[in-house]
Amino acid sequence: MLTLTCPYCGITAEETELHPGGEAHLTRVGPTGTDEEFEAYMFARKNPKGVNFERWRHAYGCGKWFLAARCTATLQVFGTYKSQNAHPPADIVAAIRKSRPDWNPDWTAE
Amino acid sequence: MSDAPKSGRYSVFAIAKQALRQHSGWNRAWASPAPRDRYQVVIVGAGGHGLATAYYLGKNFGITDVAIIEKGWLGGGNTGRNTTIIRSNYLQDPSAAIYDKALKLYEGLSQDLNYNVMFSPRGLIMLAQTEHEVRGYKRTVYANNLQGVSTEWLDPQRVKDLVPIINLDGPRYPVLGGLYQARGGTARHDAVAWGYARACSDMGMHIIQNCEVTGVETDGGQVRAVNTSKGRIGCDKLAMVVAGHSSQLAEMAGFRLPIESVALQALVSEPVKPCMDVVLMANTVHGYLSQSDKGEMVIGGGTDGFNNFTQRGSWQHIEETVRALIETFPMLSRLKMLRQWGGIVDMTGDRSPILSTTPVGGIFVNCGWGTGGFKAIPGSGWAMAELVSKGTPGPLAADFGLNRFREGRFIDESVAAGVAH
Repeated sequence: MLTLTCPYCGITAEETELHPGGEAHLTRVGPTGTDEEFEAYMFARKNPKGVNFERWRHAYGCGKWFLAARCTATLQVFGTYKSQNAHPPADIVAAIRKSRPDWNPDWTAE
Repeated sequence: MSDAPKSGRYSVFAIAKQALRQHSGWNRAWASPAPRDRYQVVIVGAGGHGLATAYYLGKNFGITDVAIIEKGWLGGGNTGRNTTIIRSNYLQDPSAAIYDKALKLYEGLSQDLNYNVMFSPRGLIMLAQTEHEVRGYKRTVYANNLQGVSTEWLDPQRVKDLVPIINLDGPRYPVLGGLYQARGGTARHDAVAWGYARACSDMGMHIIQNCEVTGVETDGGQVRAVNTSKGRIGCDKLAMVVAGHSSQLAEMAGFRLPIESVALQALVSEPVKPCMDVVLMANTVHGYLSQSDKGEMVIGGGTDGFNNFTQRGSWQHIEETVRALIETFPMLSRLKMLRQWGGIVDMTGDRSPILSTTPVGGIFVNCGWGTGGFKAIPGSGWAMAELVSKGTPGPLAADFGLNRFREGRFIDESVAAGVAH
């Protein structure tokens, strides 16, 4: 069973204690957004076969939303981090690159 | 076209003739040619939907310069992993139209393909176990009657008459009635793929297995070729019919789909004597059940909530599914489970499929069938063949375009059908 550690309360929870919430780091489109931007925000998904960043809620625990880095091809978990991060933090990136040396971030840090 | 010998017509006379020859004269059901460097149409994905697309391209539109390329083996993806349920009792009109087209084609498919797909219209019940489901399914019955799809509402006693092993008075989820489609049923999933493959091969199409697509070559917004593990294959038109890996293939062509891939799993019990001659779906508890011809109870469950490409299930979904079903079917608690497996299904935002043109000229997608693709195979292939040959969707596919997500014209079956799609 998939187990993730909640970065808020520190509890290592099984999948049944958590609720999945889809792709992480989606940027909300404002009222001036075009139809294309809204479509991309609401529906278009990266759906990668490999490293994936996703939202989870510690539903039967502290109730907080957090983010996880996980491989969808092997179910390996690279780590979890708080939702306040605009991008995966450096320690998560390092953990991913340790087992996926060829993987590169698709964002540019500010 | 292919030089391979044709499979020959199957009949009682063919069996008698071969019996006298110690069965030494059967030809292979389909040929395994090396790819040519160019085809008019290349279809990626030799599952049911891809093969049906090819078949109706040939049969309805006379296009036989077709290659169907497949990363693994023919019918080895979701076509060989589903619980073989066939029905067309959908709430929304566009869904009812394409699924009922599929059901009508299934009814004559064995004769059409000269291949026994073992279609068994044994009837299908969707159990209502909450007041919400009672209202929802009664609404579906009314909608179906307007659509010309005959379904009826069953009271609990009629459910019991049709399914003697059911427990109507479960403490958590009593059976309050059911939505019944007498024409629904099952078919042999492998035979559907094999039958279409044989028919396609006999028309001279090339089925190329163990051939993985590694790239899509475009020029000026128009598809030119696919690069594969067996070399470059040029094409005028490219149809992507790859279910769980649609996002990956679309990315090679430079566009993104409203698809997320998750695992859906099923399991079968040890074989027992005949005890249930209908298909039963219990959507409240995420379980569906039928008995195979071998006597196994075939059980399907819910999907994982997270993206997953591993083609294996997860332990807690087996427990969840079986735990829920044994309340309604107490006899299941005594059965041992033989096998369990998973497939990767492509879920769209509105849980309805995509049959569409794409931002790249000459590329067409058929995906997003999610947890319910098997029942749609003939109708999907029929509509996709029309789309690929004409370049614009016909009446069956028109509402399933990618543009519906931008325009907000959802075909909202996630409300109508829930998980067990």
